[in-house]
Amino acid sequence: MLESSKESLKLEAMKRVVGLIAKGKNASELFPAVVKNVANKNLELKKLVYVYLVRYAEEQQDLALLSISTFQRALKDPNQLIRASALRVLSSIRVPIIVPIMMLAIKEAASDLSPYVRKTAAHAIQKLYSLDADQKDHLIEVIEKLLKDKSTLVAGSVVMAFEEVCPDRIDLIHRNYRKLCNLLMDVEEWGQVVIISMLTRYARTQFISPNEMLRDTNSEKAFYESDEEKRKSAEETKPYAMDPDHRLLLRSTKPLLQSRNTAVVMSVAQLYWHLAPKHEVNIITKSLVRLLRSHREVQYIVLQNIATMSIQRKGMFEPFMKSFYVRSTDATHIKTLKLEILTNLANEANISTVLREFQTYVKSQDKAFAAATIQAIGRCATNISEITDTCLNGLVLLLSNRDETVVAESVVVIRKLLQTQPSEHSDIIKHMAKLFDNITVPMARASILWLIGEYCEHVPKIAPDVLRKMAKTFHNEEDIVKLQTVSLAAKLYLTNSKQTKLLTQYILNLGKYDQNYDIRDRTRFIRQLIVPSERGGALSKYARRILLAPKPAPVLQSAFKDRDRFQLGTLSHTLNSKATGYLELSDWPPMAPDQSVRNVEVAEAVSRSTLAFDSDEGPKNGHSCEAGSRSGSGSGSSEESSSEASESDSESSSDSDSGTEQKKQSEAKPAQKVRRSSGDGLVSVCDRVCVCVCQQLSSPVFVPVHTYELLHRMTGKGLAAQYHFSRQPCIYDDRMISVQLTFSNNGDHTLENIHISEKTSAGQNIHCFSPIECLEPEKSVTVSMGVDFNDSTQAASFQLCTKAEGFNVSIQPAVGELLLPVTMSEQDFSKEQGKLQGMNESSATIAMTPESITSQPLHRKVVNMANVGVVPSGQNNVHRYQITKLVSSGALVLVCVVQKDSGAQLTVNTEKTIIGSMLLRELQTVLSAP
Amino acid sequence: MIHSLFLINNAGDIFLEKHWKSVISRSVCDYFFEAQEKAMEPDNVPPVIRTPHHYLINIYRDKIFFVSVIQTEVPPLFVIEFLHRVAEMFQDYFGDCSEVAIKDNVVIVYELLEEMLDNGFPLATESNILKELIKPPTILRSMVNSITGSSNVGETLPTGQLSTVPWRRAGVKYTNNEAYFDVVEEIDAILDKSGTTVFAEIQGVIDACVKLSGMPDLTLSFMNPRLLDDVSFHPCVRFKRWESERVLSFIPPDGNFRLMSYHVNAQNLVAIPVYVRQNISFFESGSSGRLDITLGPKQTMGKTVECVVVTVHMPKVVLNANLTATQGNYTYDPVTKILVWDIGKLNQQKLPNLKGSLSLQSGAPKPEENPSLNIDLKIQQLAISGLKVNRLDMYGEKYKPFKGVKYVTKAGNHGHFVVTNWKLHNILASPFYV
Repeated sequence: MLESSKESLKLEAMKRVVGLIAKGKNASELFPAVVKNVANKNLELKKLVYVYLVRYAEEQQDLALLSISTFQRALKDPNQLIRASALRVLSSIRVPIIVPIMMLAIKEAASDLSPYVRKTAAHAIQKLYSLDADQKDHLIEVIEKLLKDKSTLVAGSVVMAFEEVCPDRIDLIHRNYRKLCNLLMDVEEWGQVVIISMLTRYARTQFISPNEMLRDTNSEKAFYESDEEKRKSAEETKPYAMDPDHRLLLRSTKPLLQSRNTAVVMSVAQLYWHLAPKHEVNIITKSLVRLLRSHREVQYIVLQNIATMSIQRKGMFEPFMKSFYVRSTDATHIKTLKLEILTNLANEANISTVLREFQTYVKSQDKAFAAATIQAIGRCATNISEITDTCLNGLVLLLSNRDETVVAESVVVIRKLLQTQPSEHSDIIKHMAKLFDNITVPMARASILWLIGEYCEHVPKIAPDVLRKMAKTFHNEEDIVKLQTVSLAAKLYLTNSKQTKLLTQYILNLGKYDQNYDIRDRTRFIRQLIVPSERGGALSKYARRILLAPKPAPVLQSAFKDRDRFQLGTLSHTLNSKATGYLELSDWPPMAPDQSVRNVEVAEAVSRSTLAFDSDEGPKNGHSCEAGSRSGSGSGSSEESSSEASESDSESSSDSDSGTEQKKQSEAKPAQKVRRSSGDGLVSVCDRVCVCVCQQLSSPVFVPVHTYELLHRMTGKGLAAQYHFSRQPCIYDDRMISVQLTFSNNGDHTLENIHISEKTSAGQNIHCFSPIECLEPEKSVTVSMGVDFNDSTQAASFQLCTKAEGFNVSIQPAVGELLLPVTMSEQDFSKEQGKLQGMNESSATIAMTPESITSQPLHRKVVNMANVGVVPSGQNNVHRYQITKLVSSGALVLVCVVQKDSGAQLTVNTEKTIIGSMLLRELQTVLSAP
Repeated sequence: MIHSLFLINNAGDIFLEKHWKSVISRSVCDYFFEAQEKAMEPDNVPPVIRTPHHYLINIYRDKIFFVSVIQTEVPPLFVIEFLHRVAEMFQDYFGDCSEVAIKDNVVIVYELLEEMLDNGFPLATESNILKELIKPPTILRSMVNSITGSSNVGETLPTGQLSTVPWRRAGVKYTNNEAYFDVVEEIDAILDKSGTTVFAEIQGVIDACVKLSGMPDLTLSFMNPRLLDDVSFHPCVRFKRWESERVLSFIPPDGNFRLMSYHVNAQNLVAIPVYVRQNISFFESGSSGRLDITLGPKQTMGKTVECVVVTVHMPKVVLNANLTATQGNYTYDPVTKILVWDIGKLNQQKLPNLKGSLSLQSGAPKPEENPSLNIDLKIQQLAISGLKVNRLDMYGEKYKPFKGVKYVTKAGNHGHFVVTNWKLHNILASPFYV
């Protein structure tokens, strides 16, 4: 039929062949006949031939080569679907000879106009890599290229290829990081999962831990956010400022918690668990609980992850405890997991409810589950000392249960519990001894024997009796029981030799001739140990101490205790062992790696094709300003970036709106107008800080490019240093001001190991830059450091050292640089101003030339001099600026300029009167200057 | 990622296999069979099984095991979710996801699986896209195909694949434009013997059937969106608008889809629509027991409770039941030990009652646990949480959003009806003791 000239017949034949393949039958002998049809026009027939080809090409490599030329032709087809499917099939044919052809096809497809073809190319990368790992370097090039792709269609697939081929090449991600974060919402679901898990790993290497500072003070209990913030501001000596990119990631993934795809929700949950500050992790709880209403298999995986989480953070899931109650219809493995979680969640407050639940479970018809419940009760009892007695009594009641397994399990758990406090419970031991005759499960019998032996002093009358019974039935017992009998005999011999001497000897004799060599060994050992003989009695002196040594109580702990070493949500976590291809989640770095690697240069974006323009914009401009001024290229670049930023203003502001819900809309909107040069990244830092100071921090309105000299090249013997204030929130510490230092080597020899050696001025906290290893002649390097000026204009002096020499230098802060702008509405401004009347207010009138009274130049002068934020004003002639101070106080500084006919009325309100008057003086000079 | 897929029926026959990378021998399924044997019941098979060289992730659905073979690390939920999507796709294409349906349409199944995954990574899982690529089988089409020789494989790339709304296909046209929304709520409750609620929660979904021409942009608002505590959406719903305005704004996929699922705030007290008076006891001697169950309506807000079914899992020792029901009829299966009492509509005046004796295995000890009752029921025309849809607006062409008003008048027929489904699980009737 395949040879037939009629297409419908061919199709029918092919369908049957595919049917054979589906059933797993061998259809390889048809290969030549099928391959002929590869060039057929009928698309369905073609597809079926492809299915066949991919299945059998590996077995019939030579014949498969016949079809290659067809694919090569199809790769040039105008129809993108045909191009894509040709590439798919070509790359799926696992024939090593065609590797070069595949490579070529992939490279070509990677620059195809259709994103669908590019997506297929990304998939083909993985296929080629698994076929021939030697192509790795070439493939990485393609991956690098595709990572830059703007299409949401490609993003997921290329990250998948990245994970498979070169997961260690983190450097490829840097420049695409912000783009990926911003695109994430629109990527298809499966791509989201892959990207999120990749970004989790990335973030772990690139950002510092958000919980570092809290670690020692934080207890396991969750508290409300506001509480935590209070605590933080009170206790933390060194507050932590989150990297804006870190925040960006958290913010862009948060809406995905509402995804219908359970895998996406889980991956966001694990991202928050691994990356978010502790108080923010709680938002994932609800979504995870929601997943519990999904399919059985989903429940299983989610419960496993919750079990791991609940060990570390009880508070997270405690309010949802009822969701973990076991239903009679649950599958056994789900029941066990729920039990595990309930046990983890139990605490003093809810233990009575938990125990009542457990008591119902004990009666379950599923006996394995009932046994697991008893163990869980045991764990609760050890964890919460208040209820140990209640649990013990409950367990003792269970001893009269009719079911063997339940009784046995209870005995074992009771034994463990008694070990923690034996003296008070001799009556329980007596009770168990009485039950001994009725219990047949070996493990339980052994446990009772051990208990009696261990605490034979508490039950002096019963113990020998039990031993007597055991002597009778010794030969019928299981091995484990026999061993315990021997131990019991030995212990009794030591404590109560009068009554038991004969019995012990009898048992030892029985044991000597037992079939099991373990028992024979043990018997021999015990005999030597306790029965004093003429020779080798050295040990018997210590027999008592050996056998009756106090034993540490067993620790009953969760089986999920050690699972946290695996990334949550992974296969390895589920299996609790490392799966092939598992990528470790690294620890946080102690110091944040350079964050500028993620900057995408403005110039490059412009010079790149116009396609590149739109999506790079949002994330980038947060740093474009910084990058521009850092490179020292003068005012030109900062102008350029701000003008660019304004183009995308509407876009980026709408983005930041949505992400930060905690923002009050009324406050945020005016801020957006002001925030000319701000991007998403910066806003997010502020979000964090703002909770402490109540007002919104906003990024600087204007960054002056004026630099100050730190070290002249003559005094520095070739080393010149300049500094300027970047007006960015300091990444090291909230109270520090970030200072950018630019070193340049004007000498003729290399300078090595430039660092700060000692801080000479007191009362100022300096965060040094990491030493510069070497600086070539004619080169310059820029570093940033943080200085806490303590709200004073006192200079920070320190010694700047090279390998050879040291120079004393100092940084003199201008009063205007000690400030950090915040956003505020006009009403709030007036309200705050009202609070700061009287001696907190200083004002002056300035005479100004008429042309400088117009708002534009006035405004420029003010922002040039001081790092202020602007309050939009309803009146035309009133300019209001407000500032919050950086240093410990965080006090507000309010500046108000009211234009008058011949000049302006300048008012400064602040608690810190000295700063206020200094600022007033400075402003006066600046404004009155022509 | 996903390496291979095996479909296995309850009898343990592998009736379909598909490999996306090199072929893996079906002997790998032996590990699965081993686990299945150990688990006794299909529900108890662990979803993730480790074998020396592979990992098997499986789901059990519609009496079929979907067993996927994994070689490297992958989030297990990723695979599980995908397998469920496959099953849903079969359901969508063939009406039901049974062994027979799959065997009958093996070629389409194969084509589908080929399109859904490329090299083990999901390629197209939206049913709208797939339906453009591979047309679902209908009798009419197969006849047309056999006469004209055309195929049921799409020739061009589905438009949705490239657009920003991948879930909707372009060029949809209907003569009758309709949009139906079903609000289905489920109540999940555990009651103790005295009838006190131990645990109760309401979950709901909004399933939609949208048959609208062109690219409609819909906005659905609720009277009381505050009720909704935790929600998850179809990707088409604009999350930002939900966050800010609490309305569902979306361009719908064509056909049936689940718009959202939600959970109703736990603080609100859940009204249990029925009450149960039950007494099941076993006598120490004489190897018999007695059963007496009465049901009555409670807090139904004037609606009739329908399709009431009571299921009791009896202890193993119960051999037979000899009962009389005042309404409906009962069956007792002595093999599975399940007593099913199908009541139907709940009558306010005459409360249904099931009463009689149980015969136990002689000599066996009396069961210590009283069996629990599961109750299924349904109430039409009521969302028990009180959730109400306020209005549905449609905006037409998305680039001229305000002209869309016209389309509303033209499209006309988009009334929505509200159906409420009730399921009451697990009325745990065993006594608690402390």
